[in-house]
Amino acid sequence: MWRGLAARLARATCKAAGPQSINLKDNMYKYFPHTQGDIQSMLKTCGMSSLDDLYSDIPEELQLKREYALPDAMSEIEVRKFFDQLGEKNQTLKCMIGAGCYDHYSPAVVQNLVERSEFLTSYTPYQAEISQGTLQYIFEYQSMMAELTGMEVSNASMYDGCTATAEAMMMACAASRKRNKVLVSATLNPIVTRVVMTYAKFHGVQVETIAERDGVTDKADFEAKVAADDVAGVIVAAPNFYGIVEDYTGWADTCHQHKTLFIINSVASALGVLKSPGEWGADIAVGDGQSLGIPMNFGGPYVGYMCTSKKLIRKMPGRIVGETRDLDGKRTFVLTLQAREQHIRREKATSNICSNESLMALYITVYLALMGKKGLQEVNQLSYSGAHYLADRLTDNPHFTMRYPGKPFLNEFVVTVDGDINELQRQLREAQGVQFGLKIAPDELLLCVTETISKEDIDNAVELCNQVIEREEIENE
Amino acid sequence: MKMNNVYYGKLIFELSKPGRVGYSLPKNELSGEYRMQEGIPAELLRKSELELPECDELTVVRHYTNMSNNNFGVDTGFYPLGSCTMKYNPKINEEIAAHRDFTALHPLQAVDSVQGALEVYYNLQCSLAEIAGMSEFTLNPFAGAHGELTGLMVIRSYHMSRGDDKRTKIIIPDSAHGTNPASSAVCGLDVVEVKSRPDGTVDVDALKPLLDDTVAGMMMTNPNTLGLFEHNIAEIAKLVHACGGLMYYDGANLNPMLGKCRPGDLGFDVMHINLHKTFSTPHGGGGPGSGPVGVRAGLEKFLPNPRVVRHEGTDEDGNPIKPEFTIDFGDDALGSISGFLGNFAVQMRAYTYILSLGHENIKMVGPLATLNANYIKESLKDDYELPIPTVCKHEFVFNGLKDKSTGVTTMDVAKRLLDYGFHAPTIYFPLLFHEALMIEPCENESKETLDSFIAVMHKIAQEAKDDPELVKGAPHTTPVRRLDDTQAALHPVVTYKELTAK
Repeated sequence: MWRGLAARLARATCKAAGPQSINLKDNMYKYFPHTQGDIQSMLKTCGMSSLDDLYSDIPEELQLKREYALPDAMSEIEVRKFFDQLGEKNQTLKCMIGAGCYDHYSPAVVQNLVERSEFLTSYTPYQAEISQGTLQYIFEYQSMMAELTGMEVSNASMYDGCTATAEAMMMACAASRKRNKVLVSATLNPIVTRVVMTYAKFHGVQVETIAERDGVTDKADFEAKVAADDVAGVIVAAPNFYGIVEDYTGWADTCHQHKTLFIINSVASALGVLKSPGEWGADIAVGDGQSLGIPMNFGGPYVGYMCTSKKLIRKMPGRIVGETRDLDGKRTFVLTLQAREQHIRREKATSNICSNESLMALYITVYLALMGKKGLQEVNQLSYSGAHYLADRLTDNPHFTMRYPGKPFLNEFVVTVDGDINELQRQLREAQGVQFGLKIAPDELLLCVTETISKEDIDNAVELCNQVIEREEIENE
Repeated sequence: MKMNNVYYGKLIFELSKPGRVGYSLPKNELSGEYRMQEGIPAELLRKSELELPECDELTVVRHYTNMSNNNFGVDTGFYPLGSCTMKYNPKINEEIAAHRDFTALHPLQAVDSVQGALEVYYNLQCSLAEIAGMSEFTLNPFAGAHGELTGLMVIRSYHMSRGDDKRTKIIIPDSAHGTNPASSAVCGLDVVEVKSRPDGTVDVDALKPLLDDTVAGMMMTNPNTLGLFEHNIAEIAKLVHACGGLMYYDGANLNPMLGKCRPGDLGFDVMHINLHKTFSTPHGGGGPGSGPVGVRAGLEKFLPNPRVVRHEGTDEDGNPIKPEFTIDFGDDALGSISGFLGNFAVQMRAYTYILSLGHENIKMVGPLATLNANYIKESLKDDYELPIPTVCKHEFVFNGLKDKSTGVTTMDVAKRLLDYGFHAPTIYFPLLFHEALMIEPCENESKETLDSFIAVMHKIAQEAKDDPELVKGAPHTTPVRRLDDTQAALHPVVTYKELTAK
């Protein structure tokens, strides 16, 4: 069977070696400092004569008696070459696509500081006396996220926006004690909904969808469903999957009348300019923080944020950093309210989360420290301008029409395309290196513009769109 | 102490001055035509002032550089944190993970344009399957606990697919990591605890009466949290399988197994691996991690979506099938536990590690880590109480100082180690011993490093006798001294706004 496994590796040669015993080769390896002499002397201290003796407690028949079917060791030169060649099989594109991941500008400082090994190679800051660096930036991160969402408190981070939203769902159920139903708007990003549904299925939460009406959440459907007085939480999106900025005036009050928590999922960057979850009266604000300076990384790592009210802080999952004093009275920071967490409460914890995305929270902290209030507004204005310019130019061609005309949007929007979307995307990719949106229905395209896309990029893309769709028309005739 | 022991302590908000900026953006070529304030109704826009810091670039750079000087990482010094596998994080991993041909990929861009990235995912999952003795892995889970949850979902999905809905119990040893019971609860399973024997291994006689047709499975760490190999594993797996349950392997302690033993060969059906432990990716101050989940043959269809599928062979013209790799949403028995394909940049690091070591060096990881642990254990057992004096694997547990008369606790020993430039071991876990001190030295640590650690541990034992107050008052040379945890929890202040309102 193992030969089969080896054969499964794409383009890697694996040697099928015979039975093995532990023998240090003549050559030392760069990550192992043990000389033969070291090993002999250490074994002697342990009263043993060979490395195999260290495994005498494992029954022979359970031990692995062969080499792994894996490639030979590569030198650094070979590793670099290997990934250069592999990288050539990818095509990095100009992103006119969003849908949960955004190609925003991140200052050079961000990556540089995050890579500092004092941050990178440390563990969770349990030993506070030698972890003030991590604890302090998490405190700053919490402060910034609370400010951005307009909420009172924030945790130290979650895995991503999808799991943070699922955690918010479970938190709502736990806070309500008796209720296990949650309403999710049909306009929430379906990628997020998919994860929420999975958690719900196993956690025993009943999820009902609030219908969509003309690109926004149907208020009448929401009011009817929440009136049943059995709903623990309502999850909506701002902006929603179609990029539309929905109006949630009065929704929080309606939720609270029925003892239901109001949960808003947002793209973090948009919170710099849009009405914040706190201003809407939300109880929990969640979402993905990738848009705040984190590379797209083919899907991860990102970071989920979760903010709530002071009242609900003890129901919140994840780590929290708080201010305190040391013995000398210095202002210091420490992990706090740990009695909620799995290493203390085990099966009664608010969540099973242990490792979170601390380093990704540092990306956000440094990013926001550099961008400040003005930078975040500027980024959003640039994205807004580009997206609206693209929408206007594109819909000059009658084969492109706005799917939800008149609905306010920030930097994403849906167009209906009278033509072959796959062919359109292929041509833009090949001719201009552009990822032209995400196909979300046979004739619908979700487009996005950020500040990394120039007016020239848009003009060029629109020009090609006009060529492709017109040419198609001629071919069809 | 190699770490800077001058406390920095400022917050970025305190360095802010109105008007300063730390970024540069292109000028808006369209600003005259498209104004946000005109296009979006005022009631949908933010009204409250955004109170973010306003700083120039150098101020930000110095601030976080100074802050980092108050942090201790693996690059700073020895980090014998039990159960955490704080091994060296190779620099080549970081270089490769930062390759722009990979970092600049959008997760939803055309599949033809991400073939290199998908090959990394696919080959890493195959490599992990070979190392673990499993059939297939998903790399989607974001961390160890997320992997546990995913693995338990696989187990439940398996039972549900057979219409066997009554299996809601999961058996977990009392020595297990806290995430095991917590993940079970999130997955909707009822936790049944099984006792350990005095030697720290699972009590098979206590297990037997717990096994019936309501058992979904059993979670185990092997070696367990005391660093001991569960030598009855074959019998335990047989018993659990006989009652229809599945065996889950918590891969937190996989490191000593490399080269010597595979979970799949021990009878485990489902497992996770912490790439940020065994496969050298950095812990990052608490993440990002990565928790791939593997299954034995027959359970592949219960893995979460999306999946990376390889299409081999040729088309009718004899050309290789293109694209070779696709992202599929196949059998949806479980669903999705992540938006995309997990923490890809972490996977890049782990794959780099595997390729760098090759089969000939990966097999040395377990034995050398195990040698280091036994060497420390044997060297210190005269000063520290060793409750279980057998051979250990990658880690072991002391029950505090041997001489309990001094009043010096495990906490004190841990804090005193910080004065000598070492990170503390894991303390007060597992819960089987009151003064647990759990030590895990990874394979990268030299005999010289271990010897200096051993010397310091002896010295602390001596200090506990000669000058116990010195040890009880530790640390003395760190940037800050012991902190008031109680005050922090009693009146939590968790944002700068709260701090300034105080």
